[in-house]
Amino acid sequence: MILPALFFYLFAGVCVASAVMVIVSRNPVHSVLFLILAFVNAAGLFVLMGAEFLAMILVVVYVGAVAVLFLFVIMMLDVDFTELREGFIEYLPIGLVIGGIFLTELLLIGGSWVINPSVSKSITAAIPANVSNTEALGLVLYTKYIHYFQIAGIVLLVAMIGAIVLTLRHKASVKRQDINVQNARTPELAMAVRKVASGQGLQDADAAEWVK
Amino acid sequence: MSFQSAGYPLLPVLPELVLAVGAMLLLMLGAYRGQGTTRLITTLAVVLLAVTGVLVLSLPAGKHVTFGGSFIVDDFARFLKVLALIGSAATLILSSEFLSDPSRRIFEFSILVLLSTLGMMVLISAGDLIMLYLGLELMSLALYVVAASNRDNAKSTEAGLKYFVLGALSSGMLLYGASLIYGFTGTVAFTGIAAAAKTGDVGVVFGIVFLLAGLCFKVSAVPFHMWTPDVYEGAPTPVTAFFASAPKVAALAVFTRVTLTAFPGIVPQWQQIVVFVSIASMALGSFAAIGQKNIKRLMAYSSIGHMGFALVGLASGTVEGAQGVLIYIAIYVAMTLGSFAIILAMKRNGQAVENISDFAGLSRTNPLLAFFFAMLLFSLAGIPPLAGFFAKWYVFVAAIKAGLFTLAVIGVLTSVVGAFYYLSIIKVMYFDEPLPKLDPMRVELRTVLAVAGLFNIFFFVYPGPLVSVATAAAKSLF
Repeated sequence: MILPALFFYLFAGVCVASAVMVIVSRNPVHSVLFLILAFVNAAGLFVLMGAEFLAMILVVVYVGAVAVLFLFVIMMLDVDFTELREGFIEYLPIGLVIGGIFLTELLLIGGSWVINPSVSKSITAAIPANVSNTEALGLVLYTKYIHYFQIAGIVLLVAMIGAIVLTLRHKASVKRQDINVQNARTPELAMAVRKVASGQGLQDADAAEWVK
Repeated sequence: MSFQSAGYPLLPVLPELVLAVGAMLLLMLGAYRGQGTTRLITTLAVVLLAVTGVLVLSLPAGKHVTFGGSFIVDDFARFLKVLALIGSAATLILSSEFLSDPSRRIFEFSILVLLSTLGMMVLISAGDLIMLYLGLELMSLALYVVAASNRDNAKSTEAGLKYFVLGALSSGMLLYGASLIYGFTGTVAFTGIAAAAKTGDVGVVFGIVFLLAGLCFKVSAVPFHMWTPDVYEGAPTPVTAFFASAPKVAALAVFTRVTLTAFPGIVPQWQQIVVFVSIASMALGSFAAIGQKNIKRLMAYSSIGHMGFALVGLASGTVEGAQGVLIYIAIYVAMTLGSFAIILAMKRNGQAVENISDFAGLSRTNPLLAFFFAMLLFSLAGIPPLAGFFAKWYVFVAAIKAGLFTLAVIGVLTSVVGAFYYLSIIKVMYFDEPLPKLDPMRVELRTVLAVAGLFNIFFFVYPGPLVSVATAAAKSLF
């Protein structure tokens, strides 16, 4: 039983340490890399708890997509981070005070927290026995929780429409591929055969017609 | 009908299904037929909202629960859904001019309004915290986009971005609160939470604080109101009219439903939060509006104040209080839509003007418009016998019956302060030197203004139907 505990402290320790490094490292790219490390360790903690589906989703979604997106944003936007940090020392005292208040509140809450014994009995969708939790999720996601799933789908549809509305621009000067026009093109439309008189070359009028 | 047999009857969600499928069909129409169909799609969207409203009203009477208790259709939901649908439909009617401008013919605007309305309906019917969150996000995400829909305008983009960033923050707080409540009660269903949260357990109270903070943001109540003036001013005016009407209905609905059905056992714990938020909103709404020069910013502060008044009813935590909230929000929507019809009509030589000084001498250049605006402003100030007076009357009576005398007195005092800035606009309209004539008002604006204005003026003649429907709706929560 010592091995899981050992791994717990390993993952938890690295997770907290890399979370601190996200904030304190000077180079924003390093921050994102530490963020990825924090996510991977959090995934490890999920595996220890037996939630392998959540662990994999965390790796796929957060490490695979979100963190890389952050990296793109940081590299593409010219944000001067030294300027952002300028007021750091100035605001440190007030930040410490607010942080201290939050910490005290959390300790007070955590200290008085007694898990209601009825809570563990009232879990609405307990994992059935002999079923991996990926399968257990699949069993309820499209049946019992179909309405949540569908509404989440509509939320994503709105996000897609929104992205198109806010970014797509139809400019007259942009040439787009039109496959119908391409397929309807005949040799007569695309080519012209001209007799070129020796020593005179192609006349301007012919050339203009040909270009069209 | 395997859904039926599994305890998932689809009849209660029929209006939502029709709205969702209709919105997607209109999206297809627009995507395949191009921007030339903007006008057609806007018209069809209004028709779709009307059909949805009829379906909501024609569902069998009584309380229906589906999807394992996460979707509730009762009188409360019916009342507020119809109100939200009216708000959205009126917004689409008001925005027809905005959309007909060839430089920004975006058919997606109507689709986004439809999907946002779908979110509101889900939100109003939400029976658990997951449904609440999904409805809220569906509603808000579409709102962020329409706020920035005039994308070549820096102010509109700024409004969209500000609303998005602060909205995401408030969603985070709401989720944190929801997770705490789930952690301490073991369920997300409102009925289950009500059964588990009988004592003022500190963890649950902590969760309520965060949950209510997220909801206060959506109703733009102090201290989560910071975004309101900037977003109202920056967003295109029809969008501002939308923000001020339908989403407020939905957010206030869920505020009422969560507090009254999920936490009926610990009223004193959330009551103090609502009382504080209410007093702060009424005070800020009254005092901060005094110095405003821009009519849209003024309407923003006015809406903050009105949300404070509506929350007075909720603070009492009784049937009368809930009834007061419902009457207040119904009358507020009518007053707001009427006022925005006038603000949208404020154009000189095709150029929109939005300063209060631009109203100067309106009584001489356009006496009918000035009269209607004066009536709406008197109503917003709560002067009898206009509708706004009755709205305030019901919430204050509820507060006094619940023994919240301080709250009621502060409410009355701040409404006197609020009357000052409404009256100062009337003074500008009636006693200042006239400016050149405004452009003629478009027919759809006239229609909305006439309906809203006449409702405000003649509400006192026959208040019975609204009051009795609101009473039935409020009773269905208890």
